[in-house]
Amino acid sequence: MSRPGRDDSPDRLYTLTGGRSRSGSDAFDLVTLVVTESDPVPGMQSEHVAILRMCRFPTAVVEIAAELGLPVTVVRILLTDLHDTGRVSARHPRSAHRLPDPDILEQVLVGLRNL
Amino acid sequence: MASEISERPARSERPALAGTADNGLKIVVVGGFGVGKTTMVRSVSEIRPLNTEETMTKAGEAVDDLDGVRTKTATTVAFDFGRITLDAHNVLYLFGAPGQERFWFLWDRLFAGTLGAVVLVDTRRLADSWYAIDRLEHHGTPFVVACNDFGGPPHTEAQVREALDLPPEVPLIRCDARSRASSKTVLITLVEHLARLQKAPELTP
Ligand SMILES: Nc1nc2c(ncn2[C@@H]2O[C@H](COP(=O)(O)OP(=O)(O)OP(=O)(O)O)[C@@H](O)[C@H]2O)c(=O)[nH]1
Ligand SMILES: [Mg+2]
Repeated sequence: MSRPGRDDSPDRLYTLTGGRSRSGSDAFDLVTLVVTESDPVPGMQSEHVAILRMCRFPTAVVEIAAELGLPVTVVRILLTDLHDTGRVSARHPRSAHRLPDPDILEQVLVGLRNL
Repeated sequence: MASEISERPARSERPALAGTADNGLKIVVVGGFGVGKTTMVRSVSEIRPLNTEETMTKAGEAVDDLDGVRTKTATTVAFDFGRITLDAHNVLYLFGAPGQERFWFLWDRLFAGTLGAVVLVDTRRLADSWYAIDRLEHHGTPFVVACNDFGGPPHTEAQVREALDLPPEVPLIRCDARSRASSKTVLITLVEHLARLQKAPELTP
């Protein structure tokens, strides 16, 4: 099976997101975990449906991008749509943009040693 | 195709995270072509490494809106990643990132807030990692250097340090990216380094 996103023309990507800019989508980090809050409804865009199915369990933005075969930029825009309408919630990384606190580092060390 | 009725789409290669997972963390493995980035990600990941991409323009700007994606100047940078569930809350994502120049235009956009980086080095091609080390220092991202042994002539640690102009506080270790234990040791060395930096912030690059 070939990756669906690979051969997408920019025009198709434009259509996917309705040509909107990614205002506000910066809130979605690569590792923000996305969780579905409501089931897909008939008539919904297929990429939105796919995201809502995928995120019944927490799923990182980058995993969504890989699975849909779409660039991260495009996925951020799709997620902003879903987030603005309350269909998904976002669990943002606690340590983005600053040094993680010592507790987190300790938890990472313990987790790695237990691998 | 995932069927309409099945509760979960078939994604056996990518088991779902626990419902309690709420904190994603990032570590980046960066290095020249064929140095073993994907191999290291695979060695420690609980999922088969996945590949994705980000879009940027030729001018080096991350694409800000879909008009940018639509124009012919848009180009993409690919990277792969794996995942390690650390505990009920924390999930570590490990990214394999090419060290080439155009990639660094996307660094802030993709890897802001990253815990730190592993610079993977082939001792036969030390100069390949100069640029990556420069950029990490520039971005203030803490890193360790891991030498992957491809059977070249042996180098002493001092020789490698000198060739890379590594400050003494930056850990330098040998590894075999194909080995899970060795790759795990590299990650632990990085996180221990981060913990040291936290206690002595003046060492941060
Ligand atoms: N001898 C030896 N070979 C290795 C080691 N790590 C990786 N390799 C081999 O080197 C080759 C390239 O490894 P990759 O993991 O694909 O390298 P990469 O950095 O992801 O390559 P690109 O993404 O193409 O830049 C593979 O054939 C690996 O099996 C190592 O520690 N020792
Ligand atoms: Mg690779």
